[in-house]
Amino acid sequence: MRTGNLRRFIALLLALAMVAAACGSDEGTETTEAGGETGGDPMKVAFVHVSPVADKGWSWAHDQGAQYLAANMDVDITTLEAIPEGSDSQRVFEDLAAAGNELIFGTSFGYMEPMLAAAANFPDVTFMHATGFMSSDNMGNYFGAAEEGRYLTGIAAGAATQTNLIGYVAAFPIPEVLRGINAFTLGVQEVNPDAEVQVVWTSTWFDPPLESTAAQSLLDANADVIAMHQDSAAPGQAAEAAGAKWVGYNTDMTEFAETAWLTAPVWDWGPFYLTTAQQVADGSWQSEAYYGNMADGMVDIAPFGPSVSDETRATIEERKAQIIDGSFSVFPDPIVDQDGTSRELGDIFGMDYFVEGVIGSPTG
Amino acid sequence: MNDSQLILTIVAAVGLGTPLIFATVGEIITERAGILNLGVQGTMLVGAVAGFWATFQSGSLTLGIVASLLAGAAFSLIHAFASITLRVSQIVSGLALTIFGTGLASFLGKAGSDPLVGEPARDQFDSIISGGIADWPIIGPLVFGHDILVYVAWIAAGAASYYLFRTRMGLSLRAVGEDPASAESAGVNVAWVRYVHVMAGGALAGLGGAYYPLALVPTWQDNPIGAAGWIAIALVILASWRPWRALFAAYLFGAAARIQFTLQTLGEPWSNIPATILAMIPFVLAIIAMIALTSGKRARFLGAPAALGIPYFREQR
Repeated sequence: MRTGNLRRFIALLLALAMVAAACGSDEGTETTEAGGETGGDPMKVAFVHVSPVADKGWSWAHDQGAQYLAANMDVDITTLEAIPEGSDSQRVFEDLAAAGNELIFGTSFGYMEPMLAAAANFPDVTFMHATGFMSSDNMGNYFGAAEEGRYLTGIAAGAATQTNLIGYVAAFPIPEVLRGINAFTLGVQEVNPDAEVQVVWTSTWFDPPLESTAAQSLLDANADVIAMHQDSAAPGQAAEAAGAKWVGYNTDMTEFAETAWLTAPVWDWGPFYLTTAQQVADGSWQSEAYYGNMADGMVDIAPFGPSVSDETRATIEERKAQIIDGSFSVFPDPIVDQDGTSRELGDIFGMDYFVEGVIGSPTG
Repeated sequence: MNDSQLILTIVAAVGLGTPLIFATVGEIITERAGILNLGVQGTMLVGAVAGFWATFQSGSLTLGIVASLLAGAAFSLIHAFASITLRVSQIVSGLALTIFGTGLASFLGKAGSDPLVGEPARDQFDSIISGGIADWPIIGPLVFGHDILVYVAWIAAGAASYYLFRTRMGLSLRAVGEDPASAESAGVNVAWVRYVHVMAGGALAGLGGAYYPLALVPTWQDNPIGAAGWIAIALVILASWRPWRALFAAYLFGAAARIQFTLQTLGEPWSNIPATILAMIPFVLAIIAMIALTSGKRARFLGAPAALGIPYFREQR
């Protein structure tokens, strides 16, 4: 009997240890104190990310923005990473609001509705949601015109391909992803009208083995440049191993595939985060749907890889200057779709078709 | 000929199937001892992070493999202790092991001031032969073009099969899984046999996990293995607890994972199939195979150990 109780006790201890370890790693908390005391408590700002900030992808780019904010303003930043999307995240946002954060950023699409609910319960706290479309009096949303960067990286890909087949490892068939594929393809065809872009869908945002397999299937179908939308570097490593070229996404991922690397559309969230925090601090913040672009610096392209020729670099820089001064727009209107018919561009936030030159199905 | 879609798809299937072979053969050994270990997913992740870390620190793939084997064995010891000594529900203990292992691997990947997350592997498994016989038509890429662990997986499946069905130790192991009380009365130390084989299974799962960040996608990223551990548990049934069949089951699964993308690149009419349907192929295949194999009279010939999942109390009959 006594040994039975002892066993149960040990089993309970083990179970508790496991639960503690599991929770501990899921909701890693980090606090960054900004240097310099300027009287009064610094404003508390929180960031909630869907993946670990060290992923060198989407969340990492946002964390760089948070660090920029911390370096330029007296704020006290709390960062929560690897917080799953969905209704549980409402509790996370409310905990952060109750802990005295005045400004809370959620950087993934699936936080939208939970954040809206949390915002209704904490009307004095400012909430900011990335990539969504819902807002309220104290919740704004923000995103950026990645298509401008996509177009420029398409130029690099179009100049690099020898087989005239470029593989695109696509995530989900939603307007954001379709805009990216279309802008990329228009860029490809500006410099190489014979090249086509073959799309394969993975239905993932982050699944390295699957995304690597998808890239490999494109390489085996004779593609010699790989572009992608997901957060992992796996397609780039497959391209490197096959001696092909790679257009990444989100951040400079040169280190994963130094020879294959061409460039990537990248994000710079820092200045926007700083402006938003300053507006909240001085009371001038108003709820809006902010759509950043290359002109305001939210969107850019990563440094070029060694194989990008001077001529191509010059072409890209020229187009970039035109995008910034507003004399060139990525999507023409009317636009020619996949079937070769000319159609009205329409609302790009609802884009549901492929442009000419894309091989694959826009419905996934 | 060697760059035909068929050959390339089979080559990709072999790569994708290799980690599943290790994990499935490991789980077969564990289940043959009568212990159901649902912690394969967690064990693979712990093996993966240990193997990646060891290679990252030392630059040696051999040390990475050793580390993943040891980590997998040590981690599965938790399940052995809970299910053999404490006799808790094997399902609960196994699930806890998966939750724990997933969190632990994720935590270790980003612990410290210079975390592993986002780091490329310092070395990776490549084809051991390039050119020469590896370029021979058809059999070159299919037989000679692989990395060393592909061949180790073949040897592991063969050795496990020989061990289970041709050795005295294997006979004791199967007896423990079928009827532990009878095995005990025949002089077999049931607890000892179960401990050893749970750990052996865990070691193989750990090795399978390490194949992902050291061969398939040479980087440490959070959860680099997808759902491989769960697939391996399904493959045990598909392979009807026989290591040789695990080889084919794993390659079949590797092929299914790859074909969903190949079909998208083949053009009409294949590309008309929605990608979401294609993505379901491996899982639908698993469900169909399990239903086909486990329903009706065939189940009796399947080979599931009779005492699988049942805690053994020496004094109770």
